[in-house]
Amino acid sequence: MAGSHSLLDLTAHALAEEIEAGEVSAREAAEVANTRIGEVEDEINAFVTTTPGLALERAEAVDARNGGRNLWEGVPLVVKDVLSTRGVRTTCGSRILENFEPLYDASALRNFGDDLIVVGKANCDEFAMGSSTENSAYGPTRNPWDLGRVPGGSSGGSAAAVAAGEGWWALGTDTGGSVRQPAALCGIVGLKPTYGRVSRHGLIAFASSLDVVGPMTRDVRDGALLLQAIAGHDPRDSTSANVEVPDYLTNLEDGVEGLRIGVVPELMGEGIEPGVREVAERVASGLEGAGAEVGEASLPHSGYGLPAYYIIAPAEVSSNLARFDGVRYGLRVSADGVHEMYRKTREEGFGAEAKRRIMLGAYALSSGYYDAYYAQAQKVRTRIIEDFQAAFARYDVLLSPTAPTVAFEIGEKVDDPLAMYANDICAVPANLAGIPAISVPGGLSEGLPVGVQLMSDHFTEPTLLRAARATEQVADFRYQMKP
Amino acid sequence: MISEEQVRHVANLARLGLTDDEIEKIGGQLDAILDSIEKIRELDLADVPPTANPLDLSNVLRPDGPRPELSQEEALFQAPERVEDLFAVPRID
Repeated sequence: MAGSHSLLDLTAHALAEEIEAGEVSAREAAEVANTRIGEVEDEINAFVTTTPGLALERAEAVDARNGGRNLWEGVPLVVKDVLSTRGVRTTCGSRILENFEPLYDASALRNFGDDLIVVGKANCDEFAMGSSTENSAYGPTRNPWDLGRVPGGSSGGSAAAVAAGEGWWALGTDTGGSVRQPAALCGIVGLKPTYGRVSRHGLIAFASSLDVVGPMTRDVRDGALLLQAIAGHDPRDSTSANVEVPDYLTNLEDGVEGLRIGVVPELMGEGIEPGVREVAERVASGLEGAGAEVGEASLPHSGYGLPAYYIIAPAEVSSNLARFDGVRYGLRVSADGVHEMYRKTREEGFGAEAKRRIMLGAYALSSGYYDAYYAQAQKVRTRIIEDFQAAFARYDVLLSPTAPTVAFEIGEKVDDPLAMYANDICAVPANLAGIPAISVPGGLSEGLPVGVQLMSDHFTEPTLLRAARATEQVADFRYQMKP
Repeated sequence: MISEEQVRHVANLARLGLTDDEIEKIGGQLDAILDSIEKIRELDLADVPPTANPLDLSNVLRPDGPRPELSQEEALFQAPERVEDLFAVPRID
């Protein structure tokens, strides 16, 4: 254990300020993270790959470059293993990329410069498909709050690393809740920005019309600072938004006085654990007490969100994962003819969930089924967007639980895809609509963390973060390092 | 119900090898998942336009000029098998 004034007690922005002031060096911070990882990683398994030597080397380079540095550059970062990192293997939690080494950093990392201090690549469900981090070829990650439980997923390694203090902050990716749900289950903040706000270039694609990179942090201010670091237009991603990046920290403390907050009844009822619902209700009351106007905001089509998502996402997966064919990089299993080589490579390289999603997607896109499934799901997506437009005409921010339950036990749902998919019920509408959403710890149920989700309109992250900061203040929860 | 033949057909479309056990298991799971997805078909959406991208982007263009990209050596360095400056594959059947 570190001393009383441990760097591990600091938030990322507090550490960034100490580094900026010269009180602490980036190298010292990297050393502290490396040591903590050494202490707890055997229990947690938050990482596929740790990079202690590289972290020290890069931290020294950052220290040597004092002056003209961005505030965030000195704080070591945990990076989900679906984001490409130059010179550090990037597996996507899959055997098929066991030895894959990217040639460049993902664009989301570019504002950290060439000296990105990465302490490790975080474990995740294979190609970010899952809600428990059990679908990884590198073993499950354990929830630091209870080692017998899952950390959520797919960014479960990133969430567990932050909860366990194996670093101060992390990047995850969110296609159908994969930043927010693990953040909720591990008692940290998880932010899914507006679709297109952060470049996807160098993010190994899962479902391209839904994927977004997002911060996973100890508090809302850390989330705002990390979003500042990763947001922006990128000519290398044609779906990245050419919209100016505001200052996400300026209005953070403005409070919710006069803000209109709508609680979503469809996401508070059936399938939501009572303990989870109570935390969400308590937070809504707290925000009302802090001056927000709180009412009810119906999203009538939200019950169709999950089925639409489980057509659109697998359809995009079946297309995106076609590139893993044993020809240019990654695993190849030898065979006589090229078709048999494709089949064997993919059979050995992909795990059960990846195979299931490829099959589901290929089926939904196949001749005779396309209109019934894929085209219909795209129309449902339009209806869901219209629901949000109507809600945002009356409310600035919408509120619901992030996930229907607290962290469940390892092994409990892994063989029951429908039970696993139900974890995403509150999260997927925001992905289908492309709006920003954040999970903030709201309190405990059964001794485990519960996340409250806030959603707002496209590119209104400043309002969302302001409401999230107020949520953090009314919530009965403070970040605590586990175990 | 999805037949075993359909499962094999889709696996072939996806160039995905599956064992007989996997074929049976995935067939059952696809049935269960598709059952739960069926409910989107109850909506009458004949006049609703589809959404492919939430930001409603179309025809994003960039200047079409030369720029530095990966060298041939970089592009080939992780090839499972190469012959001179080419990716090598088994016989095309």
